Amino acid sequence: MNTLSRKRTGYLLVIPAAAWLIFFFVVPFYSLLASSLFDPEGSVLTGYDMTWHFANYWDVLAEYWPILLRSLLYAGIATVLCLVLGYVLAYAIAFKAGRWKNVMLVLVIAPFFTSFLLRTLSWKLILGDDGWIVDLLRAIYLLPPDGRLLATPVAVVAGLTYNFLPFMILPLYASLEKIDQRYHEASNDLYANPAKTFFKVTWPLSLPGVVAGTLLTFIPASGDYINSDLLGSPNERMVGNVIQNLFTTTGDYAHAAALSVILMAIIVAMVLFYIRKAGTEDLL
Amino acid sequence: MTTLLRWLRRNIVLLLGVLVIVYMYIPNVIVAVMSFNDSSKSRNLYAFQKFTLDNWLNPCAPQGMCESVVVSMQIALAATIIATVIGTFAAFGLVRHRFKGRSGMNLILFLPMATPEIVMGSSLLALFIAVGMGGQLGFVTILLAHIMFCLSFVVITVKSRLSGMDSNLEQAAQDLYANERQAFWRVTFPLVFPGILGAALLSFSLSFDDFIITNLNSGQTVTFPMFVWGASQRALPMQVNVIGTLMFIIALAIVIIGELGARRRRKAMASR
Repeated sequence: MNTLSRKRTGYLLVIPAAAWLIFFFVVPFYSLLASSLFDPEGSVLTGYDMTWHFANYWDVLAEYWPILLRSLLYAGIATVLCLVLGYVLAYAIAFKAGRWKNVMLVLVIAPFFTSFLLRTLSWKLILGDDGWIVDLLRAIYLLPPDGRLLATPVAVVAGLTYNFLPFMILPLYASLEKIDQRYHEASNDLYANPAKTFFKVTWPLSLPGVVAGTLLTFIPASGDYINSDLLGSPNERMVGNVIQNLFTTTGDYAHAAALSVILMAIIVAMVLFYIRKAGTEDLL
Repeated sequence: MTTLLRWLRRNIVLLLGVLVIVYMYIPNVIVAVMSFNDSSKSRNLYAFQKFTLDNWLNPCAPQGMCESVVVSMQIALAATIIATVIGTFAAFGLVRHRFKGRSGMNLILFLPMATPEIVMGSSLLALFIAVGMGGQLGFVTILLAHIMFCLSFVVITVKSRLSGMDSNLEQAAQDLYANERQAFWRVTFPLVFPGILGAALLSFSLSFDDFIITNLNSGQTVTFPMFVWGASQRALPMQVNVIGTLMFIIALAIVIIGELGARRRRKAMASR
């Protein structure tokens, strides 16, 4: 086959997917931007007018900045917890599992197949007021006698950590698995203790996985509202709850869209900053 | 005692890893246990009351639940087929062909994975309203959205399988006088197939389980996650746990059968 027709086949193969993503990802985002500048007086019944109403952005920032900050904080804590738990498991699968490697990988993915709403609801039972975890924490005075876990930030962060853990494990595993075991041996031979080997050899080599994993955990967690709705109380509302409510209950599309755009802008800014810091720009 | 300590020291990471896996399974176990719970006597839905087989014997007793499962199955099946086909095409295009705009394509594939669902869902809703489909939200709009977010995962899964493949194999087939089509169907496709199958399984579970995007774009259509959400605000029927457990068992069976089949084929190849 000559190069010209190979090139043309390349385009033909890619075009359907590209078109789909342009129509249903890029164009919708443009609609969202447009909606965020609508006249906030509009409603589902009267329709919405495009008035370049930039004040929508100030309105939502002024009203919802504590909720935005809280979302980023919860997502950040959950990401750090996922990194610790995920790193242990990914490391164990990559270097210690031997012939159980594939089995353990399947075990990481399999819980996914039960609906995540049901699994999140079951945390309601685990963390419930008469569950044994609350009993235990009360018995060792980590919780006051009438203290609870449900409807607290602890429950929401625990739910986020649980739900997004697989998104951390898989990229971590992919990058740990690529590390040549002989580096570890070489480091040992040069009298590095295990801790030093980890921080000077393993950790730097696994950075691409750490970056990918933290992003894949942090981004969905910051927009999530399932965990705060099912496990939290109105005091733990996250930005996802607000956007969802503004869209479906209040019908305040202009403000909902503006808040959505702000969330996306914060995420893009953080991703760019983070990737530059970590020095893994070629990741994209 | 010292041998035990030494064993512990050598296997501590593996042990901790297994503990993390156990942690990941606690909710699945609870869902399975609760599927045998008789909740009719009590108002506290989040505690085990009494053992019963009723939920398994009458899984469709709660009104609207099985209908919602059927809707979710239809959407997930259609989304999986379409996303897997055009995603696989795109993966082949990106790995096997050089053309302008590849990096743009890679970026546009990466973006949906770096966007919170609430943003994607609200964008789509804004679009559907802008083009006057605000009143016709339902099966079709859900399907369009699901194909969109499954695509990136399909392309990435198939791409990694393809680029990990030795292209010398195809070269060898052609050296042995296979024409391009034969080389593709006899060599390339069977080698990539596990990747395509994995991508399809992933798409199905992503689509079947999606809530945030679906909830914004569903109109009056009720999928299974939406049924669970609605019911959880009132009184959750224990039968939802039967569906959750069944899905888990079926998916696990597919994975295990696939793995055993692959193992037997490898053995047959080796002994030939």
